[in-house]
Amino acid sequence: MSVIKVPTMAEMMANGETPEILFWVGCSGSFDDRAKKITKAIVRILNHVGIKFAILGSEEGCTGDPAKRAGNEFLYQMQAMQNITTMNMYGVKKIVTGCPHCFNTIKNEYPALGGSYEVVHHTQLVQDLINTGKLKVNGGSFKGKKIVYHDPCYLGRANDVYEAPREVLQKLDAELAEMKRSRANGFCCGAGGAQMFKEAEKGNKEVSTERAEEALQENPDVIAVGCPFCNTMMTDGVKHFNKEEKTKVLDIAELIANANEL
Amino acid sequence: MISSILFCALLIASTVFFVFNAKKIRRNILLGRELDLSDNKSERWKTMLRVALGQSKMVTRPLSATLHILVYVGFVLINIEVLEMLIDGVVNTHRVFSFLGGFYNFLIGFFEILAFGVFVGVIVFWLRRNVGKVKRFLNAELNGWPRLDANMILIAETLLMSALFLMNAADQNLQARGVEHYTQAGSFPISSFIAPMLSGLSDSSLILIERGCWWFHIIGIFAFLNYLPYSKHLHIVLAFPNTYYSNLKPKGEFTTLESVTDVVAPNFDPSYQPKTDPNNPVKFGVKDVQDLTWKNLLDAYTCTECGRCTSACPQNITGKKLSPRKIMMDTRDRLVEVGKNMDANGGKFVEDGKSLLGDYITTEEIWACNTCNACVEECPVNINPLEIIVEMRRYLVMEQSQSPAELNNMFSNMENNGAPWQFSQADRANWINEN
Repeated sequence: MSVIKVPTMAEMMANGETPEILFWVGCSGSFDDRAKKITKAIVRILNHVGIKFAILGSEEGCTGDPAKRAGNEFLYQMQAMQNITTMNMYGVKKIVTGCPHCFNTIKNEYPALGGSYEVVHHTQLVQDLINTGKLKVNGGSFKGKKIVYHDPCYLGRANDVYEAPREVLQKLDAELAEMKRSRANGFCCGAGGAQMFKEAEKGNKEVSTERAEEALQENPDVIAVGCPFCNTMMTDGVKHFNKEEKTKVLDIAELIANANEL
Repeated sequence: MISSILFCALLIASTVFFVFNAKKIRRNILLGRELDLSDNKSERWKTMLRVALGQSKMVTRPLSATLHILVYVGFVLINIEVLEMLIDGVVNTHRVFSFLGGFYNFLIGFFEILAFGVFVGVIVFWLRRNVGKVKRFLNAELNGWPRLDANMILIAETLLMSALFLMNAADQNLQARGVEHYTQAGSFPISSFIAPMLSGLSDSSLILIERGCWWFHIIGIFAFLNYLPYSKHLHIVLAFPNTYYSNLKPKGEFTTLESVTDVVAPNFDPSYQPKTDPNNPVKFGVKDVQDLTWKNLLDAYTCTECGRCTSACPQNITGKKLSPRKIMMDTRDRLVEVGKNMDANGGKFVEDGKSLLGDYITTEEIWACNTCNACVEECPVNINPLEIIVEMRRYLVMEQSQSPAELNNMFSNMENNGAPWQFSQADRANWINEN
């Protein structure tokens, strides 16, 4: 594995450079040990194709998504305006996010507060890199393995992105399975709407258990996800059924980066 | 002559009563907050044609979609025959459109087949509801009036279709006997199976059956029309405006509260000009129906309680109290209550110490939501229960400071560190150099 190069916007500006794209890492991708691996996988892909990118680093703050979904519009707008001020100051035009929640919030909700950018989710960027021939992908160790993809709510239903992740996965020469509920009917991992940060209300099952059970019915080698929160929840769910030896929960960026030893 | 007068009186009375109730519903819906949805007219028309007229969102469940199409197409097209009945009733003719000849025979035959489709569809619907074990018809929020309402609609439709067949069966016998007034007209692919059973009856008995069924059918339709405003069945009308006023933005985009922007923005831009009227007292989020937008309230009246939303809700499926259908039903129930309060108080709402949040919808339901949009995706008439849930969270958080303790922790982490967890913002890029 090569050494990763991750410049910040501030560094680039100091060198009189402008990046092609801002990589929005997100809170999970910055602080969660599991999600940091996804972040690095995305960076390895970006480094490999030689895209000039930068992160905001310590100038990045939470998009405000969990505050907004939890009803705290004040906090959301404080976060949003801080981020918009920073990004507008750097003249950001295009953003890739490692998280569907950041993607949704910046793409759809920041414009009303003065932050209009072209925003893509990392699976869309990878799809674009493959389609334009900039990234050559093979299945590597995932060739012939059974992969089932879980649609994140904020990529799927919220923004109708169903194809990009699947098209990328197809390049792995793996056996792609679909859960009974998929795409627009793709259920949920149980994390969104700020549920990630609280105990579930009283019921008879965790949403993540229900979803992991459904995924495990396909007997997959890999549950592919495109969201760090789905990753956490699906990993918990798989552990609940003691299937973590057989079934790995991996982000699409990790699958691509690992298969191609980037 | 007497029957014409009686008929006209009934027609006028039922129309007047329906308009009276429709106006009340309109007034209730307009109790909601303003919302400008006058944009994108062509896209709105297309959405309405696709989703309401074309039933495009029904197809995800093929069995109920097929049954529903039978009933829906039958209902819409048989109305052409009802138009004939209206004219016959007013000017005292018999089958006034029969001058169309062969085409008329085709139409009547076609309507009989459609009516049979309705008959079959409605019976299977009834069985699914009352005998089958379809989970979404067993939820607690359907206990009592909602379940009775659903069954009354199905029974009424069965009776209306039966009357149509029996009327045609008697008519065939009368036509064959050349009884005065009963001109040869129509073809009867379905009721011709019933007609032989009536052949032993006298002319006068047949006329009694024919007239009886005719009056039963048309009075039934008047009654049904006036039942709509009290029933979940109102969707047959409101599905059209409701889909016209669909949210055309990505489902993940939640509304931006301008009243909040007016407070927050000056911190970042001293030259910011407020967008909301500073003299208007600002209330954040939704406590009662008047705080919702008129579109939320139209949603509530449009809901036919099919429960697809609830059957797709991850939280409901895993046994939580939240049911998106109940959110819509509660909203309508409370709105009707507010409307009655106004009627009783000369058109002004008198505070009754109740509210949608608290007396109808509990915080446990509100805090269970994943904001996953499954309910919004499912709704065949583009109702949005999620918006109501999020607005209630806004009220709880920003007006009442009543959020679950864990969420309060998340809020303060975000305020202090710019992340929902307790990590310093300065450490945000530490991952680069970690292994």
